Amino acid sequence: MVKYIVRRVLFLIPVLVGVAFCVFTLLYLTPGDPAKMVLGDLATESAIRDFREKEGLDKPFLVQFGNYLYKAVTQGDIGRSYVTKRPVMTEIMATFPATLKLATFAIVIAIVLGLPCGILSAIKQYSAFDTVTMILAMIGLSMPVFWLGLLLILLFSVYLRWLPSSGFDTFKAMILPSLALSAQSVSMITRMTRSSMLEVIRADYIRTARSKGQKESVVIWVHALHNALIPVVTLCGLQFGSLLAGAILTESIFAVPGVGRLMVESIKARDYPVVQGGVLFVAAAFSVVNLLVDLLYAYIDPRIKAQYR
Amino acid sequence: MAEVFFRLAKSPLAMFGLAFILLLVFVAIFADVLAPYPFQKQNLMHSFETPSASFLLGTDEFGRDILSRLIYGARVSLQVGFIAVGIALVVGGMLGALSGYYGGWIDNAIMRVMDVLLSIPQTLLAIAIAAALGPGLFNLMIAVGISAVPTYARIVRGSVLSIRGMEFIEAAKAVGSSDTRIILRHIIPNSMAPIIVQSTLGVASAILNAAGLSFIGLGIQPPYPEWGAMLSGGRQYIRDYPHLTLYPGLAIMLTILALNFLGDGLRDALDPKLKR
Repeated sequence: MVKYIVRRVLFLIPVLVGVAFCVFTLLYLTPGDPAKMVLGDLATESAIRDFREKEGLDKPFLVQFGNYLYKAVTQGDIGRSYVTKRPVMTEIMATFPATLKLATFAIVIAIVLGLPCGILSAIKQYSAFDTVTMILAMIGLSMPVFWLGLLLILLFSVYLRWLPSSGFDTFKAMILPSLALSAQSVSMITRMTRSSMLEVIRADYIRTARSKGQKESVVIWVHALHNALIPVVTLCGLQFGSLLAGAILTESIFAVPGVGRLMVESIKARDYPVVQGGVLFVAAAFSVVNLLVDLLYAYIDPRIKAQYR
Repeated sequence: MAEVFFRLAKSPLAMFGLAFILLLVFVAIFADVLAPYPFQKQNLMHSFETPSASFLLGTDEFGRDILSRLIYGARVSLQVGFIAVGIALVVGGMLGALSGYYGGWIDNAIMRVMDVLLSIPQTLLAIAIAAALGPGLFNLMIAVGISAVPTYARIVRGSVLSIRGMEFIEAAKAVGSSDTRIILRHIIPNSMAPIIVQSTLGVASAILNAAGLSFIGLGIQPPYPEWGAMLSGGRQYIRDYPHLTLYPGLAIMLTILALNFLGDGLRDALDPKLKR
């Protein structure tokens, strides 16, 4: 097991370097001279030349990437905002807690709603409940989060006046953004739980359990659910990672002060270092979450544990 | 093929999806004839009108007819959806086929790069590429297309791997077929099923992604009528004129829903094992 964990953690390093390379290349290809962006349009030729020399912008591409990587690893320095002139990392760290909170709320909603709906759908396959749930899940998957967000604002803030349409400081303000963000995950978890349950219910050992006279509730909740949940756990983890990325649109609709809104505002202001820093940060968070999920998966699935004994 | 369609026809939801997509394609092609007004025609005397006989879905802040803009928007969305998936399919398919067929270091090299790209969530990757390329229809297609490449590469590789070991491939090799011929004539046709399903669902996610990019200002720029951009434009008027955001959102949702129903139906129709 330890060997497996070490291997998986070590594998994270080339992936993160690869991600950093992609992000850096994109930033490099982005039109616009960083020196002019930082110094402003009125900067003199010599000031620009000095800046380029000081920041190493006159060096070859790979050297620049090496420097970028070195600074990122040793000092957590992934560039400086063109607009606020503050380090990108500072900007991101100031906004990340809100994003993390939003994604956590959303995944909790998704699990609390998705699991029971999926299990019930599978037990009562082809019933009215199953049909309605599956159609709703499909609608949930098809709804753009930015539209769902606007509809929720329209219903709960404009017409009913129950909940605020923006901000993230109170519990009430967090409800709408979390709901909007969770919709896709609720749908996916419901569908996955249902199909996973259906597959397990047809397995031989379930027939054995039934034929030895086991109560139906024990068969479903003890025998079937335990195995059916394995892929669902993976999905939940993957969803949590995607929620961190999905939060970009949600945050900009509900004015949640998170990494997503920071990125959208930076896109509008052409503040590319912040955009790319945000991409790097979220991708890194996504990879770390996926790693944790894989480790958890190995822990709950004895078949994987057995391979690495 | 006929058998697959027959099975598909038994699913009402898939048929609804197919019919809706065909209708949308028809609307997109004949937008010039079907749209009651030109999409950019402003008429400030009629701004913010609610649906009426002359403006079936009302007008926006510039008095432009929302229905006409939705009709032209179908053109943009379908174009982005299909072309982006086309890019992803060709690039990802080729990489996946090479990787699966040759194995060894080629496989390793290609798939490690794909692993890196897969570790960036697709929406995020599209945003990063679109931010680097700048706004515009063409860049939008590239951004959405490239961000989907790893998914296709992985699926094609998996399906090539499962077919490569089969006896008929060995037979083709024994009679002296070239690698190219084996890939093009034997492997690709036999690995189509999962690719067709993924492509259908892929068009849906491409349209969704493109609308999202336009919504945050990275996609199609005004005055061109893209559904996501229309939503974004109507957003500030949501308190007083919700119809500005209602209809474009509905258009996106129905399109994605139709593609998802069709994709699910195709999956069942192409995989007889799932059918009982």
